[in-house]
Amino acid sequence: MSTQSTVGEGPAPTAPNPVNRERRYFLIGATATVGGIGAVGAAIPFVQSWTPSAKARAAGAPVTLDIGKLRPGEMLGPIPAWRGKPVFVVRRSEAAVTHLEQANANLADPDSSNPEMQPDYARNAWRSRRPEIGVYLGLCTHLGCSPKFHGAVQPESFDANWQGGFFCPCHGSRFDLAGRVVKAVPAPDNLEVPPHRFASEHTVVIGEDEATA
Amino acid sequence: MEPSPQAKRAVPRLWGELVDWVDNRFPATETWNYHLAKYYAPKNHNFWYLMGWLAMVILANQLITGIWLTMSYVPSGEGAFASVEYIMRDVEFGWLLRYLHSTGASAFFAIVYLHMFRGLMYGSYRKPRELLWLIGMAIYLVLMAEGFFGYLLPWGNMSYWGAQVIVSLFGAIPYIGPGLMEWIRGDFLMSEITLNRFFALHVIALPLVLVALVFVHLVALHHVGSTAPDGADIKKHKDATGKPLDGIPFWPYTVTHDVHATVVFLFLFCAVVFFAPEMGGYFLEKPNFEMANPLKTPEHIAPVWYYTPFYAMLRAATYPLFGVPAKFWGLVVMVGAIAIPALLPWLDRSPVASIRSKGLASKWMLGVFVASFLILGYLGITPPSPLATAISQICTVLYFAYFVLMPWYTRVERTKPPPDRVTMR
Repeated sequence: MSTQSTVGEGPAPTAPNPVNRERRYFLIGATATVGGIGAVGAAIPFVQSWTPSAKARAAGAPVTLDIGKLRPGEMLGPIPAWRGKPVFVVRRSEAAVTHLEQANANLADPDSSNPEMQPDYARNAWRSRRPEIGVYLGLCTHLGCSPKFHGAVQPESFDANWQGGFFCPCHGSRFDLAGRVVKAVPAPDNLEVPPHRFASEHTVVIGEDEATA
Repeated sequence: MEPSPQAKRAVPRLWGELVDWVDNRFPATETWNYHLAKYYAPKNHNFWYLMGWLAMVILANQLITGIWLTMSYVPSGEGAFASVEYIMRDVEFGWLLRYLHSTGASAFFAIVYLHMFRGLMYGSYRKPRELLWLIGMAIYLVLMAEGFFGYLLPWGNMSYWGAQVIVSLFGAIPYIGPGLMEWIRGDFLMSEITLNRFFALHVIALPLVLVALVFVHLVALHHVGSTAPDGADIKKHKDATGKPLDGIPFWPYTVTHDVHATVVFLFLFCAVVFFAPEMGGYFLEKPNFEMANPLKTPEHIAPVWYYTPFYAMLRAATYPLFGVPAKFWGLVVMVGAIAIPALLPWLDRSPVASIRSKGLASKWMLGVFVASFLILGYLGITPPSPLATAISQICTVLYFAYFVLMPWYTRVERTKPPPDRVTMR
C-alpha cells in the first residue's frame, strides 16, 4: 500500500484504490478461521497416533473362556491371560458360597470398600456376577506375585483352619475364595476383579462389562 | 629475523577486512557487542549469580553425552535394559558417558534450584523482568518433563514403576482420566510403545524446546539486564561515554570469573561422577539394576531426589473433597506447587527488590519456605507413615503460605531503601 494515511482513516474518496477495511477484516477473519480448522484437522493424525495401535488393541482385547468343564471346587488358570496379567476363574461349591456369605470376621475388607479393585456389579459377598463363578486377576496386591489356588477345605501348613482360597508363597498373603484378603497379611487389598460378563451359560468374556457391537 | 613493519600491519588489516566483509552480510560485531563486549553486569555479582552460567555448562554436557549415549542405546522393550548394560560394560568409556549424563541430570536440577533461589532472594522476578521469570518457569517445567521421560529409558524396574505411578496420576482426573492415561501410554499398561514415545520426546522434542527457551531466556535477560544483589540499579550512574559506572562488560570480565567457577564446579562434579555416581541410591536407585517387570512392584517407589518435594505434597493430600477422590487433589496440589512461583512478579508488593532491603517478615518467610521445601524433599524419599504424612501436610501449607501471604507481608513490613550505588560485600 503506497497510501499509508488511508489505512487508519477508512476509504478516502480521492485515493485511486481506497482500502475497504470491512472487507479486509472479513478476509483476515475468514482466512484465519479456515486456516485454524485446517490446523486442527492436521493435528488429528498426530494426536490419534498416540492412542493404542491395532497391535496393542489386539493384545489387550477381551478374552473369551469356555467354563463348561469347570467343576465345583476347581480353578481355571492362571494360563488364560488378559492384557498380560494372569486370570483366575473359580467355580465354587454351594457350601463355599454359603461360607463366603457368613464368615468374614477375619477379613480385612469383607465389603470390598475400595472401588478400584472391582466393578460395581462385583461388590458383593462373593465378588462376582454369579455366586458360584469368581473371576480374579491372579496378582497379589502386595508385590504382584501370583498366588496359588488351595481350593479344598482342609488344614494347610499356613492355616490349620483353612476354608479354601488363595495363598501367596512369596510373602504369605492369604485370600478367601472370593479373593478377599485376610487380616494381618502384607497384601493391602482384595484381589482385583477384572471387568467380565457372561456371553452364555458356559462362556465368560474377560475384559468388558457389557457386550459391545 | 624481525618481520618488517609492513608485514606486521598486514595481518590486522586483513582481519579488519574480513570482519567488515562479514558485518556487511551478518550482524557479527553488533551481536558480539550487544551480548558480550558491551553487555554490562553489576560488578558486585556474587556466588548466586554463577548458577545461570553453570546451568548452560551442564546443558552442554547433557546434550553432548546424550547424543553419544543415543549411539549405543536401543529403545525397545527387549533391548533397552541390555543396551544400558552394554554401554556400561562393553562400549569404550560408555560408563563415563552414562555417569556424566545421569550425574548431570542431578547437577542440572541442583543448579536450577539454586538459580531459582537467587531469584527469590534478590527479587529477580520483579518488573521489568516478569517475562524473563516466566520463560525461566517454562524452562523449569520442560526440564522436569525431560528428566521424567529420560528416567524411563534404562527400563529398570524403578524406571517402569516410577513412570507407572506418575502416569497413573492423570487417571485421577475426573471423566477424561482413564482415556488420557491410555493415550499417554499408547497401551493398556506401560509397555515398549510407551518407552518408544518417551525416547522420542526425551532425545528430540524436548531438547529442541529447551534450547529454544534458553535462547529466548538470554535474549530477555540481555534486554533488561541482571539484578544486583543489593537491589542497586547500575543504569542510574553512567560515565561521559554512557558506560555504567557500577557495571563490568560480560566479555572479558564476567566470563573470566565464570570460567574460574566452572573449574571449581567440575572438581565437585567429577568427584561425584568418579567416586559416587549412584550417590547411595539417590541418583541411580537400587531397583533400577533389575529389568522392568510389570508383575513385580518394588517394595517402595520413590522418585529421584529432585522431584521428591512435590511427590511428598502429592501424598500429603489424603482427604476427598466435593466428591472427588484424594488422589485428584494430590495432583492439583502438586501441579499448583510447581506452577505457583510463576505468579511471584504479581504477588510481591514490596517497594524494594532485594532480601537485603526487605523486612524481617520476608526474611522469615523465605527461610520457612526453604526449610519446608527441604523437609518435603526428605519426606518424599522415605516410605509413608502417619507422622510423615502429618509433617508433609504442615510443610505443604507453609510452602503455599510463602506465596499466598506474600502480597500482605511484603506490604506491611518495614523496609530499607536500596543503595544508590552497588555495595561490595
